[in-house]
Amino acid sequence: MGKLGLDPVTVARARALAAEVGRPVVELARSHTTVSVERAVLRLAGVTGADPDGIPWVNRLVDAVAADVGLGHGVALPVFDALLREGLDDVTLLAQKAAAGSVRFAVPARAAASRRAALRQVRAGLRLVDRRRAERERLVRRLGDAPRRPWIYLIVATGDIFEDIPQAQAAARAGADVIAVIRSTGQSLLDYVPEGATREGFAGTYATRENFRLMRAALDETSRELGRYVRLTNYASGLCMPEMAVLAGLERLDMMLNDSMYGILFRDINPVRTFVDQRFSRQVHARAGIVINTGEDNYLTTADAVEAAHTVTVSQLLNEYFAHEAGLADWQLGLGHAFEIDPDLPESFRLELAHALLARELFPDAPLKWMPPTRHMTGDVFRGNLLDGFFNLVGALTGQGILLVGMMTEAVVTPWLSDRDIALQNVRYVLGAAGGLHEDFVPAPGGFIQRRAHEVLREAVALLGRIAEGSLLDAIADGTFGIMKRPADRGKGLDGVAAHEADYYNPATELLEAA
Amino acid sequence: MTGRVVRPYGDTTGDGMVQVSFTLPVAHDKRAEGAALQLAGKMGLDPAMLVHARQMGDGYTFFVVYGRVHHLVDLGAVRVAERDYPLLSAKEVNTAVKRRLRRKLSVVGACIGTDAHTVGIDAILNVKGIAGEKGLEYYRELRVLNLGAQVTVPELVEAARVERADAVLVSQVVTQRDAHLHNVREMSAAFREAFPAGRRPLLVAGGPRFDEMMAGELGVDRIFGRGTTPREVASYLVHALAAEKKAAEKKVVAA
Repeated sequence: MGKLGLDPVTVARARALAAEVGRPVVELARSHTTVSVERAVLRLAGVTGADPDGIPWVNRLVDAVAADVGLGHGVALPVFDALLREGLDDVTLLAQKAAAGSVRFAVPARAAASRRAALRQVRAGLRLVDRRRAERERLVRRLGDAPRRPWIYLIVATGDIFEDIPQAQAAARAGADVIAVIRSTGQSLLDYVPEGATREGFAGTYATRENFRLMRAALDETSRELGRYVRLTNYASGLCMPEMAVLAGLERLDMMLNDSMYGILFRDINPVRTFVDQRFSRQVHARAGIVINTGEDNYLTTADAVEAAHTVTVSQLLNEYFAHEAGLADWQLGLGHAFEIDPDLPESFRLELAHALLARELFPDAPLKWMPPTRHMTGDVFRGNLLDGFFNLVGALTGQGILLVGMMTEAVVTPWLSDRDIALQNVRYVLGAAGGLHEDFVPAPGGFIQRRAHEVLREAVALLGRIAEGSLLDAIADGTFGIMKRPADRGKGLDGVAAHEADYYNPATELLEAA
Repeated sequence: MTGRVVRPYGDTTGDGMVQVSFTLPVAHDKRAEGAALQLAGKMGLDPAMLVHARQMGDGYTFFVVYGRVHHLVDLGAVRVAERDYPLLSAKEVNTAVKRRLRRKLSVVGACIGTDAHTVGIDAILNVKGIAGEKGLEYYRELRVLNLGAQVTVPELVEAARVERADAVLVSQVVTQRDAHLHNVREMSAAFREAFPAGRRPLLVAGGPRFDEMMAGELGVDRIFGRGTTPREVASYLVHALAAEKKAAEKKVVAA
């Protein structure tokens, strides 16, 4: 039994309710497809590049197929049927011909040959993903891993990949174990993945395959220099989640932000679109050995961190259920939570400890992602640095797996070189001075911390029970999470969703689920 | 306050003490410290005391400098650009809407014309917001409909009618051949035609290339330029709509 004396029956009940709530959503995901899932399949089949206007060939091809036969059969059979008919062996070439209007698509009546061709091509793509995974494992073995837990996670975001690279390398030399490249504002709402190396973005850098490749290569160089493997993070979120997962797998990214509900709640993306995209992207992450980071911290930036503490637990349980269902192992679950309680609230630190420890004990084998204060960072950089110190201390006391380094200049400027240095000194001091304190720290039985943790768990079970009376989609439509009401028939990207026809075929799903 | 002159305060009135920190792109050595003191001197710190220097990476050093400045601040000469409405917190906006409108304030937003850049309207409307500030969707008492990109003016007018919009927000980023100005003029004209004078929703345009002084010329009630935050927009809406309501009530009384 852990430090909180959680009741195993209550914990089991929480998991059972999460499964009950999640199951119909999985069914929904299994019976629908989206334009982005189909584009991801084509990316695995080797389609690359974009037309002269910058619209990727995968978009042009999926649009062309959908115009002729709809999306509900999946694009694999119509595409490979056309490929065989045209006597081509390059799917990108077919996309170019289709965009010019010189190819018609049909659902083949006798599909065996097309099916074989599609499987062969997608299998080759997945093999590449497998090779990348083996490569990561080899590099970690050969170069060495991060020297300790939590992994220190730092962000770069200049908008220009060629500025990001030296900043990321400097951050790694200064002690970062994980580098995250923040995406340009609004990329999550683009229904295509931009191409090539990019040099301008809004408050972040576009996620493109070429940017992934450039940054990974640079960090490999730095990893060799430092004698430890430095991990790279990006985002599988928004309208192109499945494609981002595929590109991450192909370019050996190590972690991806990938939350089951974030896009719905915070970006007003259609719930069905999100859940369908989610499942596919997580299956790819599972295969690629990528650690996902979920986004529960975001709830606390909108709702009150004490009142809404149990919604974080509920979301973690749902994220865990969806992740396991998609084939992810516990070590791949960077479940999120954050230090966002108003510091002026009495006992705020003890409340934070209780919440963080609850997450730790509910998910003992998951590398939890611990997020720093943002909401109560006021621009008073001195107070902010103190708050970050306490945040780091909770991280050390509760054995968090991934620690996003808090910046005292949060909400003031994008971090300066000196801000990052001061923030890292803060982390190093706390981990150096108190890194092992979790061995001694045991909350008093029946004391404040234990009572609070039990209370949050109880509220989480009650909320899951209420959701289970209806459905998760209803709960989302009613504004249960955060304060946003998101009905299943509204939101961005709905027109890119289609129910499976009886003959729907997706070679990638078949291969991913067979593994 | 007029004519009062002050100096920075360290621990004694008039000591003029300030503290600054900065980074120079040089490795830490004696010369680097000299360089930091030179900068401090040019910034007006005299005498300047270098209290901390720390090298970061290969070629950068962070400095903390304390020193005395001789500049005087004339409080009588301080000029502040006044916003003509108070900046409210989310909570205050919600309370104000509840008290003054007694219903949710309806906002419809869109990028009109061929402009596909929703960055601006999303930053203002999406819960995600911008720079740590939540967008208008976050405000409990605001009902927000974001129509997204490439919305035609008739679609926007129709949506405003269906939603009984109190305010319509349009964002324009593309400025090729003054498209942003033409689009906004077309939009305001259409709203004037479609709604009787007292019933027209508040029209607000935003984008990085607008001149905030051009509202009248473009036929809108307000223009927000670069760097506008959701809170400013929310505060303005509450202010403008409350004023409008008051005016309408007065009219009723007078009639």
